[in-house]
Amino acid sequence: MSTLVKNNNKKADIDDFDHAHDEKPRGIMRWLLTTNHKDIGTLYLGFSLLMFFVGGAMAMVIRAELFQPGMQIVDPNFFNQMTTVHGLIMVFGAVMPAFVGLANWMVPLMIGAPDMALPRLNNWSFWILPAAFSVLIASLFMPGGGPNFGWTFYAPLSTTYAPDSTALFVFAVHIMGISSILGAINIIVTIMNLRAPGMSYMKMPMFVWTWFITAFLLIVAIPVLAAAVTMILTDKYFATSFFSAAGGGDPVLFQHIFWFFGHPEVYIMILPSFGIISTIIPAFSRKKLFGYSSMVYATASIALLSFVVWAHHMFTTGMPLAAELFFMYSTILIAVPTGVKVFNWVATMWRGAISFEVPMLFAIAFIILFTIGGFSGLMLGITPLDFQYHDTYFVVAHFHYVLVTGAIFSIMAGAYFWLPKWTGYMYDERLAKLHFWLSLISVNILFFPMHFLGLAGMPRRIPDYALQFADFNQLVSLGGFAFGISQLLFVVVVVKCVRGGAKAQEKPWDGAEGFEWELPSPVPYHTFSTPPKVK
Amino acid sequence: MYKIIITFALLVFSSIATAQSDYNLPLGVTDISQKVYNLHMTIFYVCIAIGLVVFGLMFFAMIKHRKSKGVKAAQFHESTLIEIIWTVIPFFILIALAVPATQTLIEMEDNSNADITIKITGSQWKWHYEYFDHDFGFYSLLSTSPEQIANTKEKGVNYLLEVDKPLVLPINKKVRFLVTADDVIHSWWVPAFAVKQDANPGFINEAWTRINEPGVYRGQCAELCGKDHGFMPIVVEVLPEKEYQQWLDSQLSSVLLAKEKEQQDLNSGMTMEEAMTLGEQVYLSLCAACHMPSGEGIPGAFPALKNSKIALGDVKKHIDIVVNGVEKSAMQAYGQQLSLKKLAAVITYERNAWGNNTGDLVQANDVQQPANK
Repeated sequence: MSTLVKNNNKKADIDDFDHAHDEKPRGIMRWLLTTNHKDIGTLYLGFSLLMFFVGGAMAMVIRAELFQPGMQIVDPNFFNQMTTVHGLIMVFGAVMPAFVGLANWMVPLMIGAPDMALPRLNNWSFWILPAAFSVLIASLFMPGGGPNFGWTFYAPLSTTYAPDSTALFVFAVHIMGISSILGAINIIVTIMNLRAPGMSYMKMPMFVWTWFITAFLLIVAIPVLAAAVTMILTDKYFATSFFSAAGGGDPVLFQHIFWFFGHPEVYIMILPSFGIISTIIPAFSRKKLFGYSSMVYATASIALLSFVVWAHHMFTTGMPLAAELFFMYSTILIAVPTGVKVFNWVATMWRGAISFEVPMLFAIAFIILFTIGGFSGLMLGITPLDFQYHDTYFVVAHFHYVLVTGAIFSIMAGAYFWLPKWTGYMYDERLAKLHFWLSLISVNILFFPMHFLGLAGMPRRIPDYALQFADFNQLVSLGGFAFGISQLLFVVVVVKCVRGGAKAQEKPWDGAEGFEWELPSPVPYHTFSTPPKVK
Repeated sequence: MYKIIITFALLVFSSIATAQSDYNLPLGVTDISQKVYNLHMTIFYVCIAIGLVVFGLMFFAMIKHRKSKGVKAAQFHESTLIEIIWTVIPFFILIALAVPATQTLIEMEDNSNADITIKITGSQWKWHYEYFDHDFGFYSLLSTSPEQIANTKEKGVNYLLEVDKPLVLPINKKVRFLVTADDVIHSWWVPAFAVKQDANPGFINEAWTRINEPGVYRGQCAELCGKDHGFMPIVVEVLPEKEYQQWLDSQLSSVLLAKEKEQQDLNSGMTMEEAMTLGEQVYLSLCAACHMPSGEGIPGAFPALKNSKIALGDVKKHIDIVVNGVEKSAMQAYGQQLSLKKLAAVITYERNAWGNNTGDLVQANDVQQPANK
């Protein structure tokens, strides 16, 4: 990676021409009308945190119902709405906007750009998101209830047999999709056009690289999702038969289309994590990232492979043997570049001078727990085994390991890492450590026993279960409540940090590298009006 | 907590994994399920081994190479040789895993030369089994009482894993399953056979098994299929060949008896009281799942029967809907599922319960005409 040269007239660089821009509107109008990448980044992150708790509250309902065998709190139809909307909110409302928020904040700072390339588009792509989620959540209150067909909305459960409110679900997903595509276009244009002079592609920070690749995945995958929901809409309301055999369609076609979007989507939610971890591990090992170029190539190959593995979600749908073999081989092949990444992180730590501040703790937990999710992913990729694991709690355990202890832990790591830069204050290290340890312990009590439940035969998405699953379910629920409550600590830490605390230095982490650490903390409203120079 | 620690220890270190357990795949009772189990354990151990090496190195670095010990960071950050090594080694490990997986998969997908063919049809929320070679079949429904589910009665040992009429199969025969569905996608899964096959409406999937040991094996629907997805279990009773033959004979003769009974029902009528009692039974076991025991349905999802135009209107139309179902909706055709007498009873019940007091008494004979249409 690049070595940075201090800019000799930094003062002028931060804040020079056009002071009018600093006069931002006050109150709500500042946030509604803002085109500033830092404001929009903050909006995205705040929205994502809010959705994390809304989706989390639904998870609490699910875990409360599953605390004991028998139906206690909700009815099965509402339970299905909870699993569905929990999934949709966590994927589209919590994880994806958090990454876009981090990209908004950090990509311009990391490449030495004054802002995102398309600031007005940026404003628009954020502000349609709250609209989309209002529609989605409102659908829960319609007669007949909200979407209850799983976040994967397999036809014909989501067409002929779906509740009347399905049109709202389709509309909400369309708006979320538009927001993602606009965000992705903005990130690509920014990275391609606004890099500081001298920053060639192979000198870009890893977080920028991973987001660059993710943005292309979004642009390819999201229109496929839009096609899928549109066909659901016309099948349900306009008498088409894309997914109905009676009219010449095929319900399995839906699954092919959905997972052609869905699998790249999985990588959309993990590649930026790889970028964050590749930034944090070197910083606290005080050693350069091992194998920078192989990391770039590994990310690119994971992204390419992600388009040819989709049917591993569908091994039990009755595919021909040849297809089952192809998708098994392509799926387990992903273990190679993913392994390279993990090995590179370990090699980065090897013979470093490691310290364990909270961002590093989350990053290390990420590596271990994400790898466990990777192992169960490898097992799921083996077709004959998938016949046993498919649609059980083993799968639920697998994707929560990669999404919660993977994606969300990396977001937490990134938030702690950059909070001093954003707010100008250090977060409360003691509280943050408490947050980390409580999260780490409870998340494993929450998700690890799910492996056993799945292997012992408990299907996913059931509101009630046989008696032999009772002990583990109770434990899982307790872990779930503990994890949920622990996250309130995160809010406390963030609010405290925004309000004040120890002054953060320009570069609070001595091993950190990058343009963002050359700027004062907190970062001024406008930065890099003249680009910094890269050696 | 103690139990959990033991479980962990067992899982990680066990080489004596037992056949049935609460925390691992079942060994199962077919050659295939045992191959799948062995493959599962092999890959599990490979993952443990890789994990031990990688995490071991990581923890070594975390303990030895920490700043607080005063170490100075090394400067190396590249080695093409090492990158190639750790790309190639995993590749070979994967090939070693893919070979046995491919062999097992090819065996699993060989549906040829079956001795017995069973057609399995999933519908909301029950299974229908059809013995292809003998032209008879039956529905299999959850038999756990609603009181157990509502926690007002103590739960039985096989809570939610018990049915009124299990699928019966013989040992040592290659049984081919033809799996399909009437409405949404379901998935027929019995872990002990390592068979999980999606039931897609309008398409037929194949799977097979050859069971080595007699016994009762339980499974569940594995694909979200609506409200009562969690309440459509699968029970398979596996008998030695001779007993299986006896069972089959008795079934075939009872099918004949039922046909005679149907003829009798056509000639003799039910009283209102009989019809209401039988009708309520049928209603609660089949109709109440959607239309609710109160007949009020779920607005926006399932229509109400109480005060509905159909239950209060033309009897013929009502019969037609119950017998033939409603196209493009969740309303199934019950004509094939219920006897004429039961159909008549449940229609009578719907027209007179919950204050729908039409006073109409429908007889088996009234139902017969549209059913034959």
